[in-house]
Amino acid sequence: MAEEFILIPGRTSKQGTTLNEGKYTDDYLEEISTLQICEEDMQRLGLKEGDHVRMWNAIGEVTVPCKASKGDELPPGILFISYGMWSSVLMGADTQGSGMPDSKGLDVFLEPA
Amino acid sequence: MSIAEAPVTETGELKIVKDATCTFCGCVCDDMELTVEANKITKAKNACVLGKAWFFNHHIEDRPEATIEGRPVTFDEAVDRAAEILMSATFPITYGLSDTTSEAQRAAIAITDWIGGTIDTTTSVCHGPSGMAFQGVGEVTCSLGEIKNRADFVLFWGCNPAEGHPRHFTRYSLMPKGQFLPNGRKDRTAVLIDVRKTKTAKAMDYFLQLKPRSDFELAWALRGIVAGAPVDPNIEEVTGIPLDMLEDLVGRMKQAKFGVILFGMGLTMTRGKHINTEAVLALARDLNKFTRFAAKPMRGHGNVTGADNIVSWTTGYPFGVNLNRGYPRFNPGEFTTSDTLARGEADAALIVASDPMSNFSNPAREHLSKIPTVVLDPKLSETAKIATVAFTTATYGINTAGTVYRMDDVPIPLRPAFESPYRSDQDVLTAIEARIREKQLAAG
Ligand code: SF4
Repeated sequence: MAEEFILIPGRTSKQGTTLNEGKYTDDYLEEISTLQICEEDMQRLGLKEGDHVRMWNAIGEVTVPCKASKGDELPPGILFISYGMWSSVLMGADTQGSGMPDSKGLDVFLEPA
Repeated sequence: MSIAEAPVTETGELKIVKDATCTFCGCVCDDMELTVEANKITKAKNACVLGKAWFFNHHIEDRPEATIEGRPVTFDEAVDRAAEILMSATFPITYGLSDTTSEAQRAAIAITDWIGGTIDTTTSVCHGPSGMAFQGVGEVTCSLGEIKNRADFVLFWGCNPAEGHPRHFTRYSLMPKGQFLPNGRKDRTAVLIDVRKTKTAKAMDYFLQLKPRSDFELAWALRGIVAGAPVDPNIEEVTGIPLDMLEDLVGRMKQAKFGVILFGMGLTMTRGKHINTEAVLALARDLNKFTRFAAKPMRGHGNVTGADNIVSWTTGYPFGVNLNRGYPRFNPGEFTTSDTLARGEADAALIVASDPMSNFSNPAREHLSKIPTVVLDPKLSETAKIATVAFTTATYGINTAGTVYRMDDVPIPLRPAFESPYRSDQDVLTAIEARIREKQLAAG
């Protein structure tokens, strides 16, 4: 059963270092394609590290591997992914006259793939 | 010391470049000591983990200098085709520019002006909303030097410098001993407001965890408390932070001798955008009734601040500027790249040091892949892959000299480490500009 979450794409240190190594390196691609979920939500959904999840909204859909976020970094109900090609798929084109599409705090549905 | 006396010591193949500048993030640290062996940087003293990754991974690439539709061509052919593409378009756009020198930015704006195009930079998808907010409520500003020497209260809001700007704490905002803060960190109070309890939280005295998309409500409630207006205790339900905690925060802000709010894209990329930043800027302004308070955006790319400065002093506006009528018109939402692409308006694009094919919305990417494009990038990217004309260029700061603006609008010179076989963005853009002028003048 799909659940509703709020997705926050953002920067990480690893995204920054691997970006310099190259956008086509395995490390960069792994970093930008891995979804972080808080431990509590992982358990409830019966997920373990490396399991794939399907995440979608009105704009697009991605299937990506997940891992538990570190410590209490994420509160329940919030997901995190590094900026990149996967997060862009879920980002709409509308900028509400600002030039900036909604790029953080996106409503998404999630279920184990 | 003047640039003319650039302290470069060469011993055989080994070269030490002192006071080099890292251009990976908006901190623009200019205290790098680089060890260069042949055409490779092998040590980068003082650089953080991101800076090291930046210096160690920009060696000479094995790519053709110029291609047309993927075919290697001479530089001259590429310049000619680029000029043709840009001149024959009716709605050409120029985009990117945050990872190149200010000299190159100026050349890109000149091209856009000659062809009556639209100039926009990655600012529009970063702190563009902050740029709009500055126009709305003004900016009480200060330099990072002032923060270092004076700020005894530092509030980070919707940003994660521990991961995005690793040396911000040690160089400017938390750790350094300053003129009026002789004990460094001990003399400062540091607070983080964010949705996630990021690594930055660990470096703080206080962490206030707010609910997603409630930044505006929080800033407005804080303004109310500052002004002494009654605030509904219900604010806890909206923001996740109890009213007494907010009152305590305001008390500390008012007691500060010099406070600063450093805000990130948690504000500008979330629903509300420029309204969120307006509220935070207004909060900083209000606090000046009680003490000295400033607010600064945490800028990401090495020279995104330069892009704002150069576009501003050449056109009068910071980003999203249309030059088609012979005078500049500024309108975010109309002339910003996400919009001109997603609506299918742009019919050619000049893209410098940026990768919209990886980070724009689907409709914007789809349209960009259909129109003719001229792309300049030191590395291969999704955007370089779809380019009609692609130039491989030298990396700014590592191979080319020039100027970049630190996130507090302070211009800083670059001191390159080694030469690249590729031309700089500035050289390529100047050549395209000259070709466009030749053709325009010949046509009368
Ligand atoms: S903080 Fe930024 S500018 Fe300074 S060394 Fe690190 S990446 Fe480079």
